[in-house]
Amino acid sequence: MSNDSISAKNATADAAGVAADASPTGEPRSEAAVSPDASLLTSGSEGGIGGFFRRIVKVQSFQILLVLLAIFVVFSALAPDTFPTWSNMRLVIQNVSILAVLGIGMTYVIITSGIDLSIGSVLVFSGVIAAKVMQGMGGDGWGTAIVGILVSIVCGVLWGIFNGLLIAKAKVPPLIVTLGTLSGALGLAQVITGGVDIREVPAVLASNIGYGNIPGTTIPTISVIALVLLLILGVVLHKTKFGLYTYAVGSNEESARRVGVKVDRHLIFVYALSGLMAGMAGILSLAQYSTTAIAGQSTTSLAVIAAVVIGGTSLFGGVGTIFGTIVGLFIPAILQNGFVITGVQPFWQQVAIGAVLIVAVYIDQRRRAAASRATKTGKRSLAHLFRR
Amino acid sequence: MSSTTPILEARGLTRSFGAVRALDGADFDVHAGEVVALIGDNGAGKSTMVKALSGNLALDSGTILFNGAEVDLSSPSVASHMGIETVFQDLALAPHLTPPQNMYLGREIPAPGFLGKLGFLDNKTMRARSKVAFDELGATVRSYSSPVGSMSGGQRQAIAIARAVVWAKGVVFLDEPTAALGVVQTKAVLETIRKVRDKGVGVVFISHSMPHVIEVSDRVQVLRLGRRVATFQAKDTSVEELVGAMTGALDAGAKS
Repeated sequence: MSNDSISAKNATADAAGVAADASPTGEPRSEAAVSPDASLLTSGSEGGIGGFFRRIVKVQSFQILLVLLAIFVVFSALAPDTFPTWSNMRLVIQNVSILAVLGIGMTYVIITSGIDLSIGSVLVFSGVIAAKVMQGMGGDGWGTAIVGILVSIVCGVLWGIFNGLLIAKAKVPPLIVTLGTLSGALGLAQVITGGVDIREVPAVLASNIGYGNIPGTTIPTISVIALVLLLILGVVLHKTKFGLYTYAVGSNEESARRVGVKVDRHLIFVYALSGLMAGMAGILSLAQYSTTAIAGQSTTSLAVIAAVVIGGTSLFGGVGTIFGTIVGLFIPAILQNGFVITGVQPFWQQVAIGAVLIVAVYIDQRRRAAASRATKTGKRSLAHLFRR
Repeated sequence: MSSTTPILEARGLTRSFGAVRALDGADFDVHAGEVVALIGDNGAGKSTMVKALSGNLALDSGTILFNGAEVDLSSPSVASHMGIETVFQDLALAPHLTPPQNMYLGREIPAPGFLGKLGFLDNKTMRARSKVAFDELGATVRSYSSPVGSMSGGQRQAIAIARAVVWAKGVVFLDEPTAALGVVQTKAVLETIRKVRDKGVGVVFISHSMPHVIEVSDRVQVLRLGRRVATFQAKDTSVEELVGAMTGALDAGAKS
C-alpha cells in the first residue's frame, strides 16, 4: 500500500514537472523529512494539521504520554475492578497535586538551564512559619487561615529571591546555592520548632482545602487549585514575553543579554516563582496533612526534578513544557498506586522511576546531539549547573 | 567618501587584556551609506574593536563619537538604541527559538490591547514582518517555526545578518559574515551588504578574504598590533597592497 502511494505521488510530481516544485502547495519530499514544520509554511490548512501532528509525535512529552497510557492500560488489565475507578484515580490526582504546584516552578527553572534543590525545604520552612503564625493568632476561622496562606507564600518568595540573587548577581552556581538553601531552610525550620512538628491547623483550612472537595462534586479542592495554577503559568510560559525570555535565557544567555534582555533580573524572577510555588505548596501540605511534616520532604525536590525531566524539559535549558511536567508527575504516581493494588512491593516504584529518569535524559542527550549541528551550546555538558 | 562627519568615529581606543595590548591607540571611522572593510592579521584587534564599538566591551581609554557627538557605549542596548547592530562570529542566536523569535528577541511586538499589557505577544505580525525581512535579503529560511539550532550554518548566518540589518539604522558590524558560507551564500551576503549600504546605513565588514573586501567595500582600513596603520580606497588598491599593509611589509601605505 505504501509503495502504491509513493509511486502515485511520484507520478503526479513528474506530470506537474518543474511547476510542482515551484508551487507553494507542492511539498518537497526531501525538505519535509529534514524539517517537519516546513509544511506549516508552504501549504494550506490541511498541511498545517499534518505538520502539527508530525511535530507533536516528535515531542518528548507526547511520547511520555504514550508511556503513561500504556502503564495505565496494563494496570487496568491486571486489576480491572479496583485500578481504573474514579475513587482510585481521585486518590492519585490528589497525591500528585502538591508536587504539580512545585513542578510548575521547577519547569521554569530548568528551562533557564538552572536547578532548584531547595523547594522541599522551602516548603517545610514556609509551612512551619505559617503554622507558627496561625498558632499564635489562634482561632479556626478563615481570618487566621488567610493570614497563614499569605505568610507561607511570602516566605517562599523570599527564599526564591535569595536563591535568585545569589545565582544571578553573586554568580554562585545554582546547584550549590540551592543545595545550601536546601540545608539552610530545613535547619531553620527545625530551629524554630525545636524539631517538633506543629499539628494545629485551622479547621477551615484542613476540611475545605486539605482533604475537601469542590462542593457538590468528588473533585479534590487541592487538585483544582493546582490545575488553575498549571493553566495560568502554562499560558504564561508558552504565550507571553516572560515565557519567551525564560526559553531565551536557557537557550543562549549571552545572546539574550546582547539583545537587551535583562537576564539577571529574569533569573531572579524565575527563582522567585519557584519559591512562590514552594510557599503555596507549603500551605497546601499543611492543609492536607494537618502537620508541618518537617522530616517528610527530604526527597521532594528530587522527585519533582525527576518528573520535570521525564516530561521532556531539558536539563541543558531552552526546552520544556508544563504539560510534560504533569505527565512526568503522573508516571511515578500511577506506578506507585498500581504496584500497591496489584500486590507488588511498592518499593519497585523507586527502581522504575530511576530507570525512566536515566532513559529520559539519555534520549534528551541523543536528540540534542542529532538536532544541533555542533554548535557551541550543542557540545555543552551538564557542568553548567556547577558554574556561572 | 564625503567630507561630512562620520556617523561613527573612534579615536585613540586602548584596551589591554592582562599584559596584551589588544588595542593600542586605534582610530576608526565609517560614514553613513558607506562600506568600510576592517582587516588585519589574527590578533590585530579587529574583534576587540568591534566589541568596543558595539557596547560589548569597556575601554581603558579613547573616545567614541556618534554623528560627531561623544557617546558612552556602556552596553549593547545603548548601542542598539542608536541604531548600531552587530553580527558576531558566533552569531549569538538562541538555538531553541524560531527565526521570528530570534529576530524580535528583546524587541517583541505586544499583542493589541489589554492582552499586550499582560505580556502576550503578537506572534502573527512578528512572523509576517520577519518573513518580509528575510525575503528582502533573499535569505532562504525554510521554516519559521523550527528552532534555528536545527538549521544549517548558512541559514543561521542569514538569519543573524537579517536581524542586524533590520534593526540597524546607523551602523551594522559584520564580523566574518562569510566565513562559514558556500559560494552562492557568500554572493548573497555581499549583495545584502550593498543593499544595506544603499539604504544609507554604514556597514563595517570584517573579513580575511581580500577579494571579497575589494569587491564590496568603499574604503579599507588596516589594523596591525592594535593600531590603524593604513586606509585605502578599495577601487585603487590591490590584494598585494592590502596584505603588505596587514603584515607590515609595506609600511608607507597610508593614503587616507
